[in-house]
Amino acid sequence: MRAGPGPGVHPGDIAFKYEPMHTLSIKALGEGLKTKKFSSRELTQHYLSRIERHDPALNSYITVTAEQALAQADAADARLAAGEAGPLTGIPLAQKDIFCTAGVRTSCASKMLDNFVAPYNATIVDKLHGADGAGMVMLGKCNMDEFAMGSSNETSWYGPVKNPWDTGRVPGGSSGGSVAAVAAGLAPAATATDTGGSIRQPAALTNLTGIKPTYGRVSRYGMIAFASSLDQAGVVARTAEDAAYVLQAMSGFDPRDSTSVERPVDDLVGGLERPIKGLRIGLPKEYFAEGLADGARERVMAAVEQLRSMGAEIVEISLPNSPLSVPTYYVVAPAEASSNLSRYDGVRYGHRAEGIKTLEELYKRSRGEGFGAEVQRRIMVGTYVLSHGYYDAYYLQAQKVRKLIYDDFRRAFESVDLVLGPTATDVAFELGSKTDDPVAMYLNDIYTIAANLAGIPAMSLSCGFVDGLPVGLQLMGNYFDEARLLNVAHQYQLATDWHQQHPRGFE
Amino acid sequence: MVYDENWEAVIGLEVHCQLLTKTKIFSGASTTYGAAPNTQADAVTLGLPGVLPVLNATALQMAVKFGLAVDAQVAERCVFARKHYFYPDLPKGYQISQYELPIVANGHLDIELGEGQIKRIGITRAHMEEDAGKSLHEGFVGASGIDLNRAGTPLIEIVSEPDIRTAAEAVAYLKKLHQLVVYLGICDGNMQEGSFRCDANVSVRRRGTEKFGTRTETKNVNSFRYVEKAIEYEIGRQIDVIESGGTIVQETRLFDPGTGETRSMRTKEDANDYRYFPDPDLLPVVVTTDDIERVRATMPELPEAKRNRFMEQYALPKYDATVLTGEQALADYYEAVVKASGADPKICSNWITTDLLGALNKIGKDITESPVGAEMMAGLIARIVDKTISGKIAKDVFEAMLAGEGTADEIIQAKGLVQITDESAIEKVIDEVIAANPAQLEQYRSGKDKLFGFFVGQVMRASRGKANPDAVNRLLKDKLAG
Repeated sequence: MRAGPGPGVHPGDIAFKYEPMHTLSIKALGEGLKTKKFSSRELTQHYLSRIERHDPALNSYITVTAEQALAQADAADARLAAGEAGPLTGIPLAQKDIFCTAGVRTSCASKMLDNFVAPYNATIVDKLHGADGAGMVMLGKCNMDEFAMGSSNETSWYGPVKNPWDTGRVPGGSSGGSVAAVAAGLAPAATATDTGGSIRQPAALTNLTGIKPTYGRVSRYGMIAFASSLDQAGVVARTAEDAAYVLQAMSGFDPRDSTSVERPVDDLVGGLERPIKGLRIGLPKEYFAEGLADGARERVMAAVEQLRSMGAEIVEISLPNSPLSVPTYYVVAPAEASSNLSRYDGVRYGHRAEGIKTLEELYKRSRGEGFGAEVQRRIMVGTYVLSHGYYDAYYLQAQKVRKLIYDDFRRAFESVDLVLGPTATDVAFELGSKTDDPVAMYLNDIYTIAANLAGIPAMSLSCGFVDGLPVGLQLMGNYFDEARLLNVAHQYQLATDWHQQHPRGFE
Repeated sequence: MVYDENWEAVIGLEVHCQLLTKTKIFSGASTTYGAAPNTQADAVTLGLPGVLPVLNATALQMAVKFGLAVDAQVAERCVFARKHYFYPDLPKGYQISQYELPIVANGHLDIELGEGQIKRIGITRAHMEEDAGKSLHEGFVGASGIDLNRAGTPLIEIVSEPDIRTAAEAVAYLKKLHQLVVYLGICDGNMQEGSFRCDANVSVRRRGTEKFGTRTETKNVNSFRYVEKAIEYEIGRQIDVIESGGTIVQETRLFDPGTGETRSMRTKEDANDYRYFPDPDLLPVVVTTDDIERVRATMPELPEAKRNRFMEQYALPKYDATVLTGEQALADYYEAVVKASGADPKICSNWITTDLLGALNKIGKDITESPVGAEMMAGLIARIVDKTISGKIAKDVFEAMLAGEGTADEIIQAKGLVQITDESAIEKVIDEVIAANPAQLEQYRSGKDKLFGFFVGQVMRASRGKANPDAVNRLLKDKLAG
């Protein structure tokens, strides 16, 4: 779908005929900048204008950093002119508001951090936007579920994000702002984070490609912690190729993160073109059991047939402990969250209640006012499972089950190269439809959580539509096999055009 | 203090020892004491959103060094855990510590009680952790100040077995431990600045019973004397409570140096549930045999071994050897003096343990700040040995050296203090003295031997102390005999 100038499109947005910049791939944007078809300033201005026009309907950005973006664009243009540009120099990008950005508010979509301006950059922010980094232009900070806790982007202090495919529906969460912005053409790509599915489920619900790499592949330094042993940064983009470019620039060892892994990064872009013939893809029967909507099942099975037709070998496998992943996750993640969120006490930064008289009141009221209901619920659950006398029954037990889930994958990857399944049980649901039922909300992540518990890389890409709403296909790989995941996704996207569909009203 | 001999105390000590690293345990911020408040609080120290800890390898090596020094097991794999509680000087709402798997376990320290009696005190464990900041309550109206400079300073917490029975044993253990960590170079031992802090767990039981009584923990007793006083007080208090029909409550108490008493701070009921769990930001620490051997290679000679060597190698009495090996720097000073002077080691010891330490004590300096360095001290002793000056003159020269007047040779030269060994010159002085004191000569010769000392004194005075005392003695005896 290539839209020319028409109603609703401002003539100033169009840099050259018939190809609006916001429909171009990252590779094409890079070429356009290098060949001077447009400047980074023009490209950045184009996106800023689109944000101004379309974001009021979506609420995908918490903060738009227009001035800083244009300054970065000018710096990029200078680098381009001097011939010092890399493949991403001057290309805009949106940051999830969970990554610390020096001088720019980093809120984590919480009232608690509404007034917090980080004095430092997250490692990936330096890598992507820093003077020695990839030279990308930061458009702003994307909305999300508060402290990344949620599957619908309805827990944000800044209000819910709307799905560009149907603004009455949720975009998924917690990276709801990142996916809505990219799906609506308000950023070519965006960073995101995934603790239990927060990259993949929203990507699935908005027709995007999102990848959560192996735990330890991307630095967590400067990424506000939710559940430290599960959190991993990644990217959402329109295609596997776009995602490969950005992930390549984000990945790598960081001496400031003890859990990051000292191991060279594969050539993700270079690996995209490999044929997939002979690849063994496992379908875990547990991922196709009761609970998966018929429409989604059909679309995923059609994708399986497509991959089979391209030479992949499809085998049924079993991940017997996967039904335990949701309960395990909802012990481990809240436990770590209750600890990580202890630092928000109103003493040094963040929200502090007014009119307090005692230290205890300072803590209770600052935290009671600063955190939303879902965050408080998880802090309470986490505190409970770590308490004296309950630790063994909950936290320790959950760690044992986690090991079993890890073992399931280890066994699976002895016989298959990839594991394939649905990303979510169904298409995007209506705003407000699950907010009163936390358990129903938690079950959104039933297919995505296991990858976080095991630490393996996983991604979601679009495999079609049901009633005009996108359905996501999930691929899970062995440790550090991001290149293979992106390769298979890219080959699938070469053969299909689901990913090229754009939501109406945002052309 | 003497209490009822029907009672026995059971004491265990927890010592927090700040490790002497340049930077903090989990960040690159400086650990220097005394900087302006919060100037050493970087993003990690402040517990800003998104920051992560990275273990300081030097702190780990120091903890291993301690483990080797107390003959303990150094864990192949140890784990950092989070200990949760809310307090304004604890930035993250949890302290990174070690819980189930500490770096050091099952060591011991031998202490000496009177008459060479040795007692072995078990060391249950030593774990690594970060220090908290400081809350400042003075000088603020309606508020408290927080200084996070100290937050994140590496500590090892050394937990003893409840093997200690008296306050005196507790002090002996603490002093031995203090000497050890300073010797190892892992702690500056400064108790006033809080580099070495002690909490005392005390309970009492009727002598002969096996079961421990309920214990109290007395916090932050920060000098050897306070430890002794706090424990004495606590033992007496507990006995009084039980004997008057009361029961001891398990609680945390605070020592008040002003009154010499302890008072209740919090009881077990309001104790925190620390909710320990392994810190997911830090991988388990693996210490290999190679790592341990590398640390072992850097171990200094420990105080006991050094003392025994001094007694053997320099034929020193135990007292001298103990004093000289009390501090590494002093022991080094002594050995340098012996080597450079070539003098009898015992003479060197006398000069150092008596004259030098006495003088340093008077001017309030320690051996590393001595105005008379080892080379200078050796120079002085060498002039005594080669009879350039007498031992008595040497005292004056030493005073002049302390006053910064130069080396022994410079002072001897400048003041013309070279000893007179020319016997004809000495005889001449003797003759003059005898001639000037006929009455005393008369009395001496009639049997009043005590007057010999009078004549020596007169001769020395006449020679302004420079006459060689041995020659004076010999020649004078002959001349007086007539």
